[in-house]
Amino acid sequence: MGAGHGGVLGAAYVVGSSPVHRLEPHLKLVAVLGFALVVVATPVAAPWAWGAYAAYLALVLGVAALAGVGHRRLARGLVVEVPFVAFALLLPVVSQGPRVDVAGLSLSVSGLTAAGGLLAKATLSVLAATVLAATTEPRALLRGLERLRLPSPLVQILMFMFRYADVVGGELRRMRVARESRGFRGRHLGALKVLGPAAGSLFIRSYERGERVHLAMLSRGYGGRMPAGPAVAAPAQAWLAALALPLAAAAVLASGLLLG
Amino acid sequence: MTAPPSLLVEDLAFAYPDGHQALFGVDLRIERGERVALLGPNGAGKTTLVLHLNGILRGGRGQVTVAGLPVGRDHLQEIRRRVGIVFQDPDDQLFMPTVGEDVAFGPRNLGLPEEEVAARVAEALDQVGMAGVADRPPHHLSFGQRRRVAVATVLSMHPEILVLDEPSSNLDPAGRRELAEVLESLPVTVLMVTHDLPYALQLCPRSVVLDGGVVVADGPTRRLLADADLLARHRLELPYGFAPDRV
Repeated sequence: MGAGHGGVLGAAYVVGSSPVHRLEPHLKLVAVLGFALVVVATPVAAPWAWGAYAAYLALVLGVAALAGVGHRRLARGLVVEVPFVAFALLLPVVSQGPRVDVAGLSLSVSGLTAAGGLLAKATLSVLAATVLAATTEPRALLRGLERLRLPSPLVQILMFMFRYADVVGGELRRMRVARESRGFRGRHLGALKVLGPAAGSLFIRSYERGERVHLAMLSRGYGGRMPAGPAVAAPAQAWLAALALPLAAAAVLASGLLLG
Repeated sequence: MTAPPSLLVEDLAFAYPDGHQALFGVDLRIERGERVALLGPNGAGKTTLVLHLNGILRGGRGQVTVAGLPVGRDHLQEIRRRVGIVFQDPDDQLFMPTVGEDVAFGPRNLGLPEEEVAARVAEALDQVGMAGVADRPPHHLSFGQRRRVAVATVLSMHPEILVLDEPSSNLDPAGRRELAEVLESLPVTVLMVTHDLPYALQLCPRSVVLDGGVVVADGPTRRLLADADLLARHRLELPYGFAPDRV
């Protein structure tokens, strides 16, 4: 169990009490979204683009330092970016247009620029999201999404995923132990004949659990809407603190567009 | 004027849409403050009966009345407040991210103001001896603790009758005793579905045996459990070495 806060899905959270930790979750969500929008709106072809990326990087690393999120934690967050990296590496090879020779490979110039831009933007956005995940408990994130008026069924699906990830994970583990206790070793293709039905039965079990949970909800007066808890309006100060990151990034972008 | 019985079931019959008939005319009357065990073999119709008590299943013959209010489409919300069902698997019952939010789920569905909800949560958790865990996620509690929290999730609705489905299943002996202490301390009518006959004897002065969709016996728990023929006819068995007359 991660930092002891949310089981498998809570592993991203780093316990702390920094100003970033204390910010209201919905403000942090808005801040990260705003930051990502500014980042992707920065035209990669502009001569000042890389300067802007460097400034964004300084900003997000500054917030990470303020939040006490270490480099190691940030690096682990970047793992989700791997598929994008693979795609970005392909771009210079398959793109059209003028080409340059790099270490014996003929690469497309526009492909290189596009790949660089893609990598930079993805990295910056993932870094911001990693800081968010490291400073906000999963259920606080859910509350934040709710306050941002994300449709209630979506929030409920996320909430149940958070609650039941460990329960379903436990079932999966018990099924594996039961298989292996009877000598099963999933090392060859024939194992799929066993693993397929196992996945199917896990699905059926989870489906049946869903029905039982629904029954328990109905029995306590559930009528299709999650009852809302208390909501306190965030003070303007908190908004300002949260929006400092995207606003600073926007300032960088604006100066680039105006002066560059 | 005397208070109406907590639960009155009259001639309740029900067949599932696939044609399987589970109940064939059940009559049951439980007075206020009674603790009654509902015994019977698997497939006797116990779960079907329980799901009728709060109107999850409806549409058969007969009538269920909870503290004078007939179960029907018109006031399901009030019926579900009055009948607190605790399901067997606490992981089905506890679906919210934290214990406190889960105990608050029912009262919030009732539209209670937030201060009242907070008071109910504190009170219910205190009643089951789990005060101070409101901010914990349920999967960090032991199984016995989760079972007790599951009881709190319906106590917070101030039910007229508490319906427990196999409350002692999967509990270790200490968890079993702790839950018994909690249930004995609650000032509420209890209907307890169980295969655990010693538990029924410990907690419920009266038992009802359901088999084949009808009530086949209703009387003092001690007398029913001493009737070896009755138990054998309905696939009920005492644990090895257990003698109800010597408890």
